[in-house]
Amino acid sequence: MKNILKPILLLAIITTISFSSNASEQSKKLLNLEWSFKGFFGKFDRASLQRGYQVYAEVCSACHSMKYLSYRNLVEAGGPEFSEEQAKVIASQYEVTDGPNNDGEMFTRPARLSDNFVGSFANEEEAKAANGGSYPPDMSVLVKARKGGANYIYSVLLGYDDPPSDITLDDGVYYNTFISGNKIKMAKPLSESLVQYSDGTPATEEQMAKDVTTFLAWAAEPHLEARHKLGFRTVAYLIIITILVYFSLKKVWSRIETEV
Amino acid sequence: MSDQNYTPKSKLGKWFNDRLPLLTLRAHLTDYPTPKNLNYWWTFGAILTFFLIAQIITGIILAMHYIAHADLAFESVEHIMRNVNYGWLIRYFHANGSSMFFLAVYIHIFRSLYYGSHKSPREVIWVIGMIIYFLMMCTAFMGYVLPWGQMSFWAATVITNLFSAVPLVGESITNWLWGGFAVGSPTLTRFYSLHYLFPFLIFGLVILHIWALHIPGNNNPIGIDVKQPSKDTVPFHPYIVLKDLFALLVFLLLFAFFVFYSPNLLGHPDNYIEANPLVTPNHIVPEWYLLPFYAILRSIPNKLLGVIAMFASIFVLVILPWLDTSKVRSAIFRPLYKQFFWFLVADVIILGYMGAMPAEGIYLLVARVATGYYFVHFLIIFPILGYKEKTLDIPLSITDPILGDSTNQSLAKEQINKK
Amino acid sequence: MSDQKKTKRRDFIFTASYTLGAVGVGTAVWPLIDQMNPDASVKALSSTEVNISDVQPGQSITVLWRGKPVFIKRRTEEEITKAKQVDLKELKHPEKDEDRAKNPEWLVMVGICTHLGCVPLGNKGEYGGWFCPCHGSHYDTSGRIRKGPAPVNLEIPKYEFVDSNTIKIG
Repeated sequence: MKNILKPILLLAIITTISFSSNASEQSKKLLNLEWSFKGFFGKFDRASLQRGYQVYAEVCSACHSMKYLSYRNLVEAGGPEFSEEQAKVIASQYEVTDGPNNDGEMFTRPARLSDNFVGSFANEEEAKAANGGSYPPDMSVLVKARKGGANYIYSVLLGYDDPPSDITLDDGVYYNTFISGNKIKMAKPLSESLVQYSDGTPATEEQMAKDVTTFLAWAAEPHLEARHKLGFRTVAYLIIITILVYFSLKKVWSRIETEV
Repeated sequence: MSDQNYTPKSKLGKWFNDRLPLLTLRAHLTDYPTPKNLNYWWTFGAILTFFLIAQIITGIILAMHYIAHADLAFESVEHIMRNVNYGWLIRYFHANGSSMFFLAVYIHIFRSLYYGSHKSPREVIWVIGMIIYFLMMCTAFMGYVLPWGQMSFWAATVITNLFSAVPLVGESITNWLWGGFAVGSPTLTRFYSLHYLFPFLIFGLVILHIWALHIPGNNNPIGIDVKQPSKDTVPFHPYIVLKDLFALLVFLLLFAFFVFYSPNLLGHPDNYIEANPLVTPNHIVPEWYLLPFYAILRSIPNKLLGVIAMFASIFVLVILPWLDTSKVRSAIFRPLYKQFFWFLVADVIILGYMGAMPAEGIYLLVARVATGYYFVHFLIIFPILGYKEKTLDIPLSITDPILGDSTNQSLAKEQINKK
Repeated sequence: MSDQKKTKRRDFIFTASYTLGAVGVGTAVWPLIDQMNPDASVKALSSTEVNISDVQPGQSITVLWRGKPVFIKRRTEEEITKAKQVDLKELKHPEKDEDRAKNPEWLVMVGICTHLGCVPLGNKGEYGGWFCPCHGSHYDTSGRIRKGPAPVNLEIPKYEFVDSNTIKIG
């Protein structure tokens, strides 16, 4: 009798799984890169992170803030690992509002390592007003905030295309193959050689998209490498102690007769 | 039960024990006679106790760094993830720990259903368990609101809005819950306070749950009472302690996979977007462990009736011991009940999937059928089966097989050797 | 059952399990304790830069460093001379003024009384320096304890002149 149930259960599960794939909208399968940080032993490519920071700073930061990152994060292990001097220079290029001073006035000063990334706009309203009413999202955790993660961000960056004949776009709206709803208010941000990489890597669109996505993935998960490392040690430890406890268990239970 | 005769070895021990019998309690727990044929489905009680304590500890630590205010909550969670030493570890442990907690509780509940642990004389253990389950769901729901992401905010809005379905006083109740005219900072701070409180209520109930269990003793896979403790049982320590420890370690391996390699798999990306009262996410979904109830709620077109159906689906579980009329406990000897058990498992999984889908078209239809079956299973099938089902012959005792018929002897042997 | 346990030898398997288990528990407990240590954002603020261009001779400013008050005093010639003339034998905590203020014109000290932690008041007390009203400790123009219950001199933090107008503390 039980033999009938397993296939029924299986059929029920398969049916529901196939339903779930129909639930997604008209979006193509995402572009898929072999990200160096994926997998059990994933790590960030330092050079790619540094190039990615350059793309962020020179292209994206004009509109997108990254308020939960601090300039000192650029120096910390597991990230782009700029030197402290390099990071101080980077920080000093941005002005931070501080105060009030003894006269009661707010003043600006160059950013320090301990400051968080300075955004281009004072607040969300200013950001929206400067971008056709749409708020360019903060990028601190953007990779975690989108289904598909790094692949999604990468795909959107490279997914700009001419709209199909049956779709008309308003002013300031662009067609994107991968974004949810296919319409996006951000103009295509990347183009060939837009940035001149300081390490000489050719700045193709794909290269810039890959580097900035890697940077954003690190920004969202700065402790990824420490997590993978501790994970390996934890799993190894658990396997060893589970085996030891298993043998202890067998030894103890052998004391009682189980034969009837 | 040797604990009645326990005397502490040291004079100090005896002095203390005479005034507060903690050492007697310890001896009772150590010597507690446990059926020796328990299989691994019985280890989830210990796993649950571990996770309750682990969640409380990691929760208290998170509370040292978290700020419960609408303007600062999301930022404080990012502060924990980025700046607090090992903050990322403690946060991911706590978030995935709640999923593990629910996975374990569902296995624990279904184990009870299969082997008849809900039946006499263990009804009160079952009812306390259901109260614990309900409090767990409240705790988890409130905990999910705390990071103040889009899902936090909108799930809170949807669920608290349900109370407006109550006739006459619905809107007043909802505003009272919110502390305002919509979900906001007052809602967040009171959810924080209660989220901190409820686990300690759960802890107290767990103690009552275990106490109530120790009166009749554990059920076992063949569902018959212990006849001779010296032959049918083993002392809890070290036999069951080791078995529980082994099972816990295996479960922790699964847990480690989530925490270290896929910490956001069971969550929703929208919760990494800061709460915005002006923008509703495309699909509002609760965490996976609440999906079946969400599906039941949405399957009824009327708001108030949907709420009633959802609470009824929990209430029907509470009165389960009185719906199941069978004299036989274990599904091993109840072939029809066993079949329907697997139907129930499939039904709950289907309900869960439907809870994650938009409530329209084929999904809504399937959810309605599955909701219907859920109630039919408990309210109609359970009582009827008890009277009508032809059960298999049960062994005489755990260690002694039934005399006579060889098929039952081998069946009894099979159950005893399965550890 | 307990008799059997007593007569059984301590097997390797049990000892190994216990030991490895203890190691595991210890390792697991460490993050729970370390999380209370100063976090990365607090440690990043462990140094502060102060603009001293507006401070006149004889004037003192108080800044916040690591959550604590720091006195930055621009001493007059008189105060400097007085500090250097003190006989070390008179001091409860002997320290030369040169060792406390490398640039004698500027005295940088943590403004917390070394007795029980109150903030001493400037330009008060019998020694021309600071006076702590809580229990009556008197500090001289070098911030050294001269009278009262405080055990040691006011603490000199790590600091340096970034340029002639800026001191970096910490």
